[in-house]
Amino acid sequence: MSKAIDYTAYPDERGHFGPYGGRFVSETLMCALDELEAAYTSLRSDPDFIAEFDRDLAQYVGRPSPLYFAERWTRETGGAQIFLKREDLNHTGAHKVNNTIGQALLAKHMGKTRIIAETGAGQHGVASATVAARLGMSCHVFMGEEDVHRQALNVYRMKLLGAEVIPVKSGSRTLKDAMNEAMRDWVTHVDDTFYIIGTVAGPHPYPQLVRDFQCIIGREARQQCLDQTGRLPDALVACVGGGSNAIGLFHPFLGDDSVAMYGVEAGGYGVETGKHAAPLTAGSAGVLHGNRTYLMQDDNGQIIHTHSVSAGLDYPGVGPEHSWLKDSGRARYVTINDDEALSAFRELTLVEGIMPALESSHALAYAKKQAATMDKDQIVIVNLSGRGDKDIHTVAQIDGIQLT
Amino acid sequence: MSRLTPTFEKLRQNKRKALVPYIVAGDPSMELSLPLMHKLVAQGADILEIGVPFSDPMAEGPVIQLAHERALVHGVSLGGILDLVAEFRKNDGDTPVVLMGYANPVERMGYSSFASRAKAAGVDGVLIVDMPPEEAEDLNACLAGQSIDNIFLLAPTTTDERIAKVSAMAGGYIYCVSLKGVTGAGNIDVAQVKTLMARIHAHTDLPVTVGFGIKDETTATQVAACCDGVVVGSALVSRVAASDGSEPAVLEATTLIRDIRHALDGLSG
Repeated sequence: MSKAIDYTAYPDERGHFGPYGGRFVSETLMCALDELEAAYTSLRSDPDFIAEFDRDLAQYVGRPSPLYFAERWTRETGGAQIFLKREDLNHTGAHKVNNTIGQALLAKHMGKTRIIAETGAGQHGVASATVAARLGMSCHVFMGEEDVHRQALNVYRMKLLGAEVIPVKSGSRTLKDAMNEAMRDWVTHVDDTFYIIGTVAGPHPYPQLVRDFQCIIGREARQQCLDQTGRLPDALVACVGGGSNAIGLFHPFLGDDSVAMYGVEAGGYGVETGKHAAPLTAGSAGVLHGNRTYLMQDDNGQIIHTHSVSAGLDYPGVGPEHSWLKDSGRARYVTINDDEALSAFRELTLVEGIMPALESSHALAYAKKQAATMDKDQIVIVNLSGRGDKDIHTVAQIDGIQLT
Repeated sequence: MSRLTPTFEKLRQNKRKALVPYIVAGDPSMELSLPLMHKLVAQGADILEIGVPFSDPMAEGPVIQLAHERALVHGVSLGGILDLVAEFRKNDGDTPVVLMGYANPVERMGYSSFASRAKAAGVDGVLIVDMPPEEAEDLNACLAGQSIDNIFLLAPTTTDERIAKVSAMAGGYIYCVSLKGVTGAGNIDVAQVKTLMARIHAHTDLPVTVGFGIKDETTATQVAACCDGVVVGSALVSRVAASDGSEPAVLEATTLIRDIRHALDGLSG
C-alpha cells in the first residue's frame, strides 16, 4: 500500500493528508491562513528566499549538523550501528530553530512586525524569541503555567532575549492550552501578527511548511549516511510529540522502501495506566487545533489530560501527516515510558558524553531496543533532536537533589 | 424547514429585531439549564443559542472559557445536551434552538448520528465555530437531510469572495462576528460592523445576527440598527457566573435580556 503513494504530493490543495489535516479554525483566521498559504506558495520556490534560508541555516544555526557514529554506545548495545543526528548542536540547542528561521523569514516578507508562539518545553519559545530578537520584532510566547515551573531556565532565557512570556492558566495549563491562547491572541491581532507554530500540527499550511523547513534534517542525514557508510540506513528513530523532528528526519526517506521508520511517543507511566501522551498508539481520530488527527480524547470528544516527564512531548494531538503515515503503515509508532527515557538520558551522558533532551531520550531508548534485535552491519539513525541542559533541573528533582 | 426562517419572517413583519441569548449548557448545572432556557424566552428571547462545552474552546474569551470548564466538571456531554433540548421542547414548541460549539464532540458522535438525534430532540440550527464551509460539506449534507440549518460565521476579515462562498452553504441566518477577537472582547466598533453588514447584504438575503462584544442596551441597540438581530453571550454568562448558583439567583441574571428586549423594541417601534 505504501508503495503506491507519492508522499511528496501531499498535502493536497486543501491541506489534507488523506482524511487528516485540513483547516478547522474560526472564520476570522481563514483569510490570514489564505494569506500565509499564498505567501508560502510563492516563496518556497523563490531562489532568493531559498538562498536566504540556506545562508541562515549555515551561518546562524551552524548547519549541517553532524551525523555521529556512537561507537561506544553501539558496542554496549551489541546490535546495529547507531548514528546520532546531532540537532542538539544547533544554535539554541534543538531542531526547533530550523523552523523558526524559516517562519521568521516568511513573517518578514509578509510585512508582519509581531511574533507570537506557543511552547511546551520552552525550546520552540527560545527559538522564536531568538529569531525575533535578530529581526527586531516583538515576541510574545504563550506557555502553560505548569510548564513555566518545569522549565524555569528556558523562561528566563526567553526573557533575556527580549520576549514576553505569558503563563497560561486555562485548562490543563500545558502545551495544548498555550496553543489555544496563542490562537486567541492571533485572532485578536491578526493584522500585524505572525503566529510561529512550533510543530507540524495546526491548520493548513502549517503542517506543510513546518515539515518543509525541518526536512533539512533528513536531507542532510541521508547524504551524510551515504558519504560516511556508503549506504542508506536500515531504520530511523525519532520522538513524536507534535512530530516536527520526526517528520523532518523521515520525510526525505519516504521513497526509500528499505528504510524503516519508528516514531516514539511518550508512554508516561505506561500506556496501560492512561497517564501518557501517545495519541497514535492509544488515541482516536478527531479535530483539535485546526486539523483532523489522532487525539487523546474521551467518549464525549473532550480532550483528556496527558502526562510525560518531558514537557515537549506532553501534547494530546500529533501532526496530521503522522496520522496518515500510521494508517498507511509506512511509519510505525511505539512508546517509551518515563523511566526508560530517563535511563537513556543517563546512559548516553555517561557512555558518549552527550546529554540529550528528555524528549530525544525517548527516541534513544527505543533505538537501543531496536538495534539490539538487528545485525551488526545494519544502521540505525536516531534524531538527537535537542540537548539536555534544560532538563537538568527535572532530573535533579527526580534524584532528590535541590538545585538553587 | 427549521423554526428559524419562520421566526425571522415574523420578526420582519413586526419590524422587530431578533434577540438571541447564549448560555453554556450545564452552567451552572444541567438541572438549572432547563428553567434558565424557559426564563430567557419569557424575558423576550426569540432564539436560544446553547453552547456545547468543549475542553479547548479556542474562540472564547475568559468568561465563556470558564463556563465551559464549569460545565465539564459536571460531565456535561453532547448527548446530555440533546436530552436537555428534548425536555425544553415538551413545553416550548416554537422557540428555535441553535447548538453552538466545536467540531470534536460532533465528530466523536458521528455526523449522521448527531444530525438524526438533534432532529429528534428539536434542534433547529447548528453552528460549529471551527468548521468553515471548506471542511463542512459532509456535516452539511447530514444536517440538510434532517432539515437542520447549518449556521456559519462571517468576520471583519472575511473577503467578499468568501462571503459569497459562506452564504451559499449557510442556512437559517448568518452569525456575523463584530470584531477581530474572542467572545466577550470590549473593542466593538459599530462603524466597522455597518461596513461589514453592507458587504454581507450585497451577497445574501439571509437574516444576519451580530455577536461578540454586545453587552448592554447601548451596544445592542447601536448594532441592531444595522442588522436583523443581536447575540448576547459573555455578558449573560458572566451574570450567571456571578450569581450564587441558586435557582432564583441564576434566573435573575436574565433581567439583562429583559432590559435589552425593551431597548430593542423601543428602537423598532
